[in-house]
Amino acid sequence: MKVLVTVSEVATVDDEFEIEELGVDPRYLTYDLNEWDDYAVEEAVQLAEAGDDVEVVTVTIGPERSEETIRQALAKGADRAIRVWDEALEDVAVLDPMTKARVLAAVVEDEEPDLVLSGVQTGDDSFGATGVALASAVDFAWAAVVNHLDYEVGDDVATVHRELEGGVEELAEVAVPAVLTIQTGINEPRYASLRGIRQAQSKPLDVQALADFGLSGEDLPLDLDLTGLAVPEVESDVQFFTGDATDAAGQLAELLREKGVGA
Amino acid sequence: MAVLALAEHRRGELRDPSFEVLTAGRDLADALDTDLHAIVTGGDVDEFAAELNREGVDVIHTVDHGEEFTQDVTVQAVEALAAERDVAHVLVPNTVNGLATAPALAERLDRPLATDAVELAVEDDGVVVTREFHGGKTEGTVAVDGPETVISVRPGEWPAAEGAGDAEILAADVEIDESRVRATVTGFQEVGAGDVDITEADVLVSVGRGIEEEENLVLVEALADALDATVSSSRPIVDNEWLPPDRQVGQSGKVVTPDVYLAIGISGAVQHVAGMKGSDTIVAINTDASAPIFDIADYGIEGDLFEVVPALIEEFGGEVPDV
Repeated sequence: MKVLVTVSEVATVDDEFEIEELGVDPRYLTYDLNEWDDYAVEEAVQLAEAGDDVEVVTVTIGPERSEETIRQALAKGADRAIRVWDEALEDVAVLDPMTKARVLAAVVEDEEPDLVLSGVQTGDDSFGATGVALASAVDFAWAAVVNHLDYEVGDDVATVHRELEGGVEELAEVAVPAVLTIQTGINEPRYASLRGIRQAQSKPLDVQALADFGLSGEDLPLDLDLTGLAVPEVESDVQFFTGDATDAAGQLAELLREKGVGA
Repeated sequence: MAVLALAEHRRGELRDPSFEVLTAGRDLADALDTDLHAIVTGGDVDEFAAELNREGVDVIHTVDHGEEFTQDVTVQAVEALAAERDVAHVLVPNTVNGLATAPALAERLDRPLATDAVELAVEDDGVVVTREFHGGKTEGTVAVDGPETVISVRPGEWPAAEGAGDAEILAADVEIDESRVRATVTGFQEVGAGDVDITEADVLVSVGRGIEEEENLVLVEALADALDATVSSSRPIVDNEWLPPDRQVGQSGKVVTPDVYLAIGISGAVQHVAGMKGSDTIVAINTDASAPIFDIADYGIEGDLFEVVPALIEEFGGEVPDV
């Protein structure tokens, strides 16, 4: 059995930052493995540990820089990695979910996994859509926002809990092959061990271009065009208590007492 | 040409975003000088259609199939309708089930998809979506390429459609291919029905990622004791299993409306704010003055919780634990 995990490198923005034209000035960005994907990798590795002969492959759409991030997933137990990049993707301000799905679909058709695990969303663009679009593109079943998975290798149905709004979970059965989008909290992602980190250096990381899948830039939808980026205007009327911690706490205590708290 | 709004329901009731997407849809239809259609799939569709028949809705399509909102049925139904009715734009609530549906719909219809819109505009015959990036630290405008789109709209950004409408209600003539319904809802369950009900509390001391370590939770517990308050939290604390799920405030947790909500080390992501913005008085303690929690707070302290919280415990005569 093969589990494919889509992983993204995401940019976190510092508390103080500047915007340069249509992007955040790179000096204020830190790159890391997408939080949701960390849970997806863990879920896949746990499936591999519970079953016999399960291969875990990660796939990333990203530039060379992202290899450090991809290695994190290998260090946590994925067997090999695929990184797809192409000059057609280089100057794209917003990589839209339909484009990502098109590229990932080519990888799925090539790899023929039984399960695809994908983080619910990325922390930077937060479209929350790639996994479900991918499922449709490769004609897999899907379940979105999964926070509990019961699946034994070889079964043709996966039983999942989907986290809905308002403290309610939906119980669902999904035919395999399937794409499951994985929610944070589904498991406890491990830290990579030193041994894992060492091993990751020698695990295969294949770099592929669109042409390797018979695609070209022309085949990509690329249909979201970022036309402006700004710090949102804030209509805050917050009143700050100032001074050192003791002063500020004193003023807050006074307010709380006025409200009848702790009285 | 038409704009089509998708309604969502659960366990016999239409969900609030279903009425908001009607408003967003009506605005977009007005800008394009066209009709607004709505569609509801599954459940008591006749009753749902009657409820959705609000001012500004021209046609409501019903698809009587099963009890619950089912993604695979909905995708098939909207796909068929989009072709038959010349639907230019499909608007979907940006909810868990909306996001389980819209991307597949865009893929089937070969259309661009933009999610989580907080504003929609029409420019040069195309739709321009305003949405957040970088966890809300930036906001961008995105021109969606092409005359036909699928767009999801963030709950709470548009008011619910009101007033009695005079929509034409039609049972849609769509064949559902059962072999393509491959994910089935088998039930629902409430999470974390513990003995503490945070929705009943008058004062909540709510803790977030800023607390850093599980061991440090004793600080907020001591503060809650001193204030005679209840401890709640943002999502990461529950994800880490430092507190049980029934303590979680937010979109996927509980919606709370206490007299005082004290947010400690909580940045204020939109999903969290959705669960606490109705509180009477909101106080935030955070090291980052630009954290979105301060946009909604009435009072704030820009400071280190590890200094402010002990000082506050002392103010109320409590004992400060060692952390």
